[in-house]
Amino acid sequence: MTILIATLIIPLIGAFGVLFLNKDNRKLIEMFSLGTSLVAFLVSLGLFFSFNSNAEGFQFVTDVTWIPAIDAGFRVGLDGMSLLMVMLTTFITPIALLSSINSINKRHKEYYFMFLMLQFGMLGVFLSLDLFLFYIFWEIILIPMYFIIGIWGGKDRIYAAVKFFVYTIVGSLFMLVAIVWLGLHIGGDVLSLPTGFTSDYLLIKQHSAAIAPDVQNWLFLAFALSFLIKVPLFPLHTWLPDAHTMAPTPGSVILAGVLLKMGTYGLIRFNLELFPVSSIDWAGPISFLAVVGIIYGALVALVQTDVKKIIAYSSVAHLGFVVLGIFAMNETGIQGAIIQMVNHGLSTGALFICVGIIYERRHTREISEFGGLARVMPIYTIIFGIAMFASVGLPGLNGFIGEFLTLLGAFTSTVLDNIWYAVVATTGVIFAACYLLWMFGRIMFGALSNKENEGLSDLNKTEWAMLVPLVIFIVWLGVYPNTFMSKSETSTKQLVKKIEQVELDLNNGTINMEPKKELTENN
Amino acid sequence: MSSEFILLLPLIIVAIMSVISILVDAINPNSKNSGYYLSIISIVAVGGFALNNFYLNISGINLEGANLITSNMLTFGGFSAFFDLLFCVGALLIILNARNYLDSVKTELNEFYNLVLYALAGMMIMAHSNHLLTLFIGIELMSITFYIMAGYFRFAALSVEASLKYFLLGAFSTGFLVYGMAMLYGSTGSMFFPEITAAIVNGTANSAYLMFGAALMIMGLSFKSSAFPFHQWAPDVYSGAPTVVTAFMSTAGKAAALSAFIIIAKTIIPMGFDPSGLESAINTDKLITAIAAISALTMLVGNITALVQKNVKRMLAYSSVAHAGYMLMGIVANTAAGWSALMFYVVVYTFMQIGAFIIVGLLERDTDKYLEYDDYAGLSKRQPALAAIMAIFMFSLAGIPPMAGFFGKYYLFMSVINTGHLWLALVAVVSSIISVVFYIGLIVKMYFTDSEDVLGKSLPWNASRILIFVTSAVVLIIGLNPGGMLSFIKSAL
Repeated sequence: MTILIATLIIPLIGAFGVLFLNKDNRKLIEMFSLGTSLVAFLVSLGLFFSFNSNAEGFQFVTDVTWIPAIDAGFRVGLDGMSLLMVMLTTFITPIALLSSINSINKRHKEYYFMFLMLQFGMLGVFLSLDLFLFYIFWEIILIPMYFIIGIWGGKDRIYAAVKFFVYTIVGSLFMLVAIVWLGLHIGGDVLSLPTGFTSDYLLIKQHSAAIAPDVQNWLFLAFALSFLIKVPLFPLHTWLPDAHTMAPTPGSVILAGVLLKMGTYGLIRFNLELFPVSSIDWAGPISFLAVVGIIYGALVALVQTDVKKIIAYSSVAHLGFVVLGIFAMNETGIQGAIIQMVNHGLSTGALFICVGIIYERRHTREISEFGGLARVMPIYTIIFGIAMFASVGLPGLNGFIGEFLTLLGAFTSTVLDNIWYAVVATTGVIFAACYLLWMFGRIMFGALSNKENEGLSDLNKTEWAMLVPLVIFIVWLGVYPNTFMSKSETSTKQLVKKIEQVELDLNNGTINMEPKKELTENN
Repeated sequence: MSSEFILLLPLIIVAIMSVISILVDAINPNSKNSGYYLSIISIVAVGGFALNNFYLNISGINLEGANLITSNMLTFGGFSAFFDLLFCVGALLIILNARNYLDSVKTELNEFYNLVLYALAGMMIMAHSNHLLTLFIGIELMSITFYIMAGYFRFAALSVEASLKYFLLGAFSTGFLVYGMAMLYGSTGSMFFPEITAAIVNGTANSAYLMFGAALMIMGLSFKSSAFPFHQWAPDVYSGAPTVVTAFMSTAGKAAALSAFIIIAKTIIPMGFDPSGLESAINTDKLITAIAAISALTMLVGNITALVQKNVKRMLAYSSVAHAGYMLMGIVANTAAGWSALMFYVVVYTFMQIGAFIIVGLLERDTDKYLEYDDYAGLSKRQPALAAIMAIFMFSLAGIPPMAGFFGKYYLFMSVINTGHLWLALVAVVSSIISVVFYIGLIVKMYFTDSEDVLGKSLPWNASRILIFVTSAVVLIIGLNPGGMLSFIKSAL
């Protein structure tokens, strides 16, 4: 058993372990699941340190046949990008579990079972090297998240849970058809395997050039629909604010921290890798929507009165940067997008925890209820401030480096070949500063007008334990991002090399494309 | 001679035992146990011999002898052995569950168990049929038994209505079927399936009559498998009939109808049929398109109408219509892969549907109470295990991995996409999305809402409660290891 498989199955074992605990012994259940996630984190550290950043391709690959009839296998492995995502998952999960201790007050056994299953599913998504397996993990996540929002959520939790479920499944079922089509095409028509089908990612990737451009277009759209709903890209984002506001704090943390990244991860892993021609073709429209999302998310965040809603909409805007970086399709942009995925997980996770802290004390999230909290909760204010500035993109904190690189990527992108995407997106940074600073000011500064806020206590030990690791990494990434960026550099370079080759072929007319290609013709 | 005789045993046992159990009942009318145990023993015996036949078939024993004994009216291949087994599993689950269910409404009678055996005999004859007449006898034996079983609650108006409705419409559809058979015979000059196929392939059949006959047969079989637009009876019958009977009709009964559908489709749409150069050829493309249209509309209509149901039993009835539509995809593909996908799905479907109906039956009272969605509110608190298992069935019916229902759909999608019916797979996707809403709607009720209702507050431990653990375990095991079941099915074809 490799370290990778251990990392993957520890949460699964933990989840079933929880089922055997006495349901009234709350403390034990909490500590057991927290322990499980910490063990998973420690094991994944082994992954991080034994990962060879200079090697091309996937590492720790395991390939076990699972269903011979359709050549589906338990194929897992990781490259630089998935390594960072796996680390993010194993890092955020214990923090989210820690915050569950305060915010989850009923049906603990079911909750921790669901949460660990969620972690298992997320790790599976990032580790799968088999389209079939990937799809299964992708869908497994739905079930626990649906229950977490639906059982432990806020007032309109049922509406939010059902909306989340339906939105996600709409996208993923079309992706399923595309996976089947792709498998039949590559396994049957191209390779003539005895099974007539394959879902081996590496095999499909190797032969992805054999997919005709017009078909690629449809496959690209089917995959992209599923991923862009998850990201979520404007105008597919409407499930996100509902899900975020209604989910319990740990649910929001994991949703913003990791779940959304599954979408952007999928875009890079599948859309860019498998369908580079269509990706170049669609880069313009998708980047356009990403920029609209950046501005739209910021403007809507500006008028919210609920703190959690502001952060939810800021996620729409931040993920817009990630998508923009991805579809810039150069090394700067994609590296920026990957690091921005990590950043957003850390800073938004921290912000959601901060909101959860005041929500547990006051049971409201309305900005007007607060004001002058800096007087009673100074340490809380500092940490909230750090997370907020990280989210704004202050140099020296992590958000800056990600946004800077994605914007730089968009500026210099030969695929987009239009600086206006980046120019307009940059204004989004300013908007972000507006709504976050304004929110922060209204909550923290001014007179302590509301009597109920006077007795609020500052951070307790659990809250320290949740926030300090996040702050450490927020600063670390801001000061020396290379620790992490170097990990994904090789795999990104490989991808960009492939894209550049395709771009070159397109310009030379080696790949026959349909019309409607003004974006790449000018290069 | 002896090995051929063994092949005949499942059919012989089920026929003799169904008669014997009536006699035992006539001699000793007060003992309820006799029918119960007799039927269990016979089904286990039938299933055991069917399994044996299955492996005999795999090991390549020449089966012509058995076909000869029955004058080629019946065949004894892996396909029929597989369906025999499936019917036996379905019937066994139904009988084990029926005892508690019927006891709760004080209507347990030996007749019920007899009827199950008769229906079983009918289904098995259908799956074995090699001749239009045996097919007809099988279908009628099963259908007439179902008409009676649907009205098993003589005192309940809904049940009687279900029976009458089913009977009237069923009789009508039988007319289509017989007419179609007559046309097939008229155009091909034979009632034996292989000879009909030969006549079609050689172009000696009259294509106009043949098309007409084929269309009528498809209609008749669509009725039996509750496919659009012949599904109208299904919701009323399924929701009016006693829950155990519904579970039986909508799983094993549907499996039987689909096995007949496969047999007929194989016969009239020969694989790799090339009409060029034939003077008078059947237009197989049109037939396939017709079945594809039926399949697409069945799943859409079934799921859309299920969407607005407030009654769980009725929702399951409509969803059962929709699942017939999914399974017809396997016939549209008309390849070995398509049939095995259909057979895989029908196995999974049998377990999840019967499981869901057992739970519905456990919770219902007085034949028609506690069936509403609202009655299930907060069930997860009062009966955590029961609610969790129901959730597994719902996720499986909706086709969410890793439940087995997902793999069933996956194989069906694969088979139709592989034969160029991508649009049908997309329709199936859209209808699956629709279906998610009402399946998880039940989970919403069970898990996300509270109520102080008495539903499920105290449930006795009985066979039914053990059965739901068994069926849900099967759904999960097939889900985690679909390859095993698939290779089992592949060896049957």
